[in-house]
Amino acid sequence: MAEVQIMTGNTAAATAAKLCQVQVVSAYPITPQTSVTETLSQFIESGELKAEYVRVESEHSAMTVCISASTVGARVFTSTSSHGLLYMHEQLHWAAGSRLPIVMCCVNRGVGAPWSIFNDQQDSISQRDTGWIQFYCRDNQEIIDTVIQAYRIAEEVYAPVMVCYDGFVLSHTMMPVCIPDAEMVASFLPPYKPHTILSPDNPYNINPVLFPGMRKNSAGILCDGYMEMRYKLQEALEKARDVIIATGIKYSKLTGRDYSEMLWRYKTDDAEVILTGMGSIATEATVAVDQLRQKGIKAGVIGVRVFRPFPRIAVQQALKNAQAIIVLEKAISYGFEGALCSDIKAALYGTGINPPLHNFIAGLGGRDVKAREISEAVQASLTEMKNKNAQNKTIWINCRK
Amino acid sequence: MEKKDKNISAMSTPAIGEAGFTGDWRDMRPVINHGKCIPSVKNKPACYLCWLYCPEGVIKTGIPVEIDLNYCKGCGICAEECPAKAITMVSEGG
Amino acid sequence: MPENLFKINKEEYMLPGNRSCQGCGLSLSYRYALKALRENTILTLPACCLTVLHGLYPTTSVTIPCLNCTFASTAASAAGLVAGLNATGKTDTTVVAFAGDGGTFDMGIQALSGAAERGTDFIFVCYDNEGYMNTGTQRSSATPMGAITTTTPILTKEQHKKDMLKIMEAHDIAYIATTSPAYPIDLYDKFVKAKRIKGTRYMQICVPCPPGWGYPPRDTVKIARLAIETGVFVLFEMENGKFRFTGRSKSLAEKGNRLPLINYIERQDRFKKISEEQLSLLQKFTDNKWNEYLKKAEG
Repeated sequence: MAEVQIMTGNTAAATAAKLCQVQVVSAYPITPQTSVTETLSQFIESGELKAEYVRVESEHSAMTVCISASTVGARVFTSTSSHGLLYMHEQLHWAAGSRLPIVMCCVNRGVGAPWSIFNDQQDSISQRDTGWIQFYCRDNQEIIDTVIQAYRIAEEVYAPVMVCYDGFVLSHTMMPVCIPDAEMVASFLPPYKPHTILSPDNPYNINPVLFPGMRKNSAGILCDGYMEMRYKLQEALEKARDVIIATGIKYSKLTGRDYSEMLWRYKTDDAEVILTGMGSIATEATVAVDQLRQKGIKAGVIGVRVFRPFPRIAVQQALKNAQAIIVLEKAISYGFEGALCSDIKAALYGTGINPPLHNFIAGLGGRDVKAREISEAVQASLTEMKNKNAQNKTIWINCRK
Repeated sequence: MEKKDKNISAMSTPAIGEAGFTGDWRDMRPVINHGKCIPSVKNKPACYLCWLYCPEGVIKTGIPVEIDLNYCKGCGICAEECPAKAITMVSEGG
Repeated sequence: MPENLFKINKEEYMLPGNRSCQGCGLSLSYRYALKALRENTILTLPACCLTVLHGLYPTTSVTIPCLNCTFASTAASAAGLVAGLNATGKTDTTVVAFAGDGGTFDMGIQALSGAAERGTDFIFVCYDNEGYMNTGTQRSSATPMGAITTTTPILTKEQHKKDMLKIMEAHDIAYIATTSPAYPIDLYDKFVKAKRIKGTRYMQICVPCPPGWGYPPRDTVKIARLAIETGVFVLFEMENGKFRFTGRSKSLAEKGNRLPLINYIERQDRFKKISEEQLSLLQKFTDNKWNEYLKKAEG
């Protein structure tokens, strides 16, 4: 039977990896992710989890170990944050290009310079284009549930999955978490079947040089060029939407917790103002919405669970009745606006859904952002949006200008 | 319909001549004088230093010694290392 | 004729018609390394000359399975293969990483040091052609003093070569061996031995490069031999910290008849701008290293 325990987000992540019976773990310490790897060390050294643990000398090597261990047929896990993720950048591309179902937790933290150990999402957002599926969790329950689903999704579409959650806000905060029992996870998650196993019986040369054009193999079949390989990765991520939903529905049936959509909703049925965001800031927005509703403003929240593949159709449907949209982000694409904001606008392009939209940049480097500050900023935006020239802008919240 | 490969990631399979007939790269061809070549002279397996030092593995250790000119790149190491001076490099043009 | 030539595995794992340059010292070395490593081996390689030798998709010139990895990650890639094989119960496969001097002395050193410190059960092979040859001969930390490269075109390299072997020795690993394509049987024997040993094994091959070093392809074996004869490269083995000279270097150490460095230098265009002072510094550097080895051999 599933049991409820009070635990941090990091313990939830490590517990999920254990439930998924990962075979190889490789990681490097970095705040605020460190306790994920410490907890897994405890599991492995105590014999609770039978796995190889490679205590590498860098995050670049951590992802490398995951890549090669996965290539020879092992289920692998790693986690990191911030500069650790950035140091892996090259290997993130390599993992996706190799079509390996690696699952990694990214405990979101701000990026230097200057140093910050506190939470924002600049780290994982800046890895958006590496070919990884990206989930954002709103609480610790979602962390454990998402990691378990991530393996099934990754191993079905052969693409790596990054499960992102906010540093400290979730990673170090105790919350009640319902832990699925091991038999349930085993029935939900079939054993890992690699698309290719590198072994002496299969003398492949994996990831060699490709020329721009296609080339025949020794059997005379015209094989893919680099571009076809890239097309297949794009196709896999596009197809991943259906897999994510099907997996979520299956998981929902087993646990009673709803993961049937790539978005979650809060008081949206009659909402005229939609606040949207990813991770804990979207949870904070639900409190702001309650405050706005007390003032008679019909607000609701759309939480974006999956950032890549981007839930284009779901976003269109969720926002079709919105009269104003606020996109809350803990990251920015410097020189323009938040990446989620750009993507939401792109998803709405040509649909006729064109309400005023403000992009709130908030909580960078762990700057506190209270529900009240959000609700006040929303009210100010709603007033400003009446002005035709102020219907589309980026606003820094709780920041001296 | 055109046959397509099913690979979702790039993985090559082994075959001879990946770069084509690399014998085409040659401007000098090794020619063995079997009157000097030790295995031929002694009529038994011997020497084979040409086989040992060939970076391409295109020399056969038989009697007589044979070189696969389809793939020999013509580096000339065999001629340099032959203790009997039985191999000469001859211009492909001539 | 060398009697032990006939004991060498006759199977060729590096197929003809590959993309290595004419007279490639690496190609010759690789042929024997693979013969010694033979079946039940998995290779991993960074971007380097071997990537080219292994060939373009969808065909490869090598019949041993291989995982290509990024430049800095070679030893970590091997560590992942070892972990994955252990985790899936395939513990009898030998994992071998091959990298050039750039992928070992320079960019690969962090992952290599990490894997060696952890005692990862694998063979790391550095084929040292003393520069970034795959990108067209740029300076690396393995380039010797006085050598012209495309990034030291006028002044030549002003520093000495990094002593990677000493760095690996400081890791107290199970086995260290140096080899040369001028002595393929010695190379073969050392790889056979390395395959039998458990723990981290480090092999360094002195690999002459005709286009990068500036000599005719036919002279590869001669140049490789001169490197040994002059003592600029020394053949030895270290098993559990115990040093011994091997092959030609052993008889040079016994007889004390090393050739002067100039015999090696004068045959290579890369040294055509070496100054008298550099040459004398390089000779002194070589002599000092040689004397260090003599001391080690005494125990």
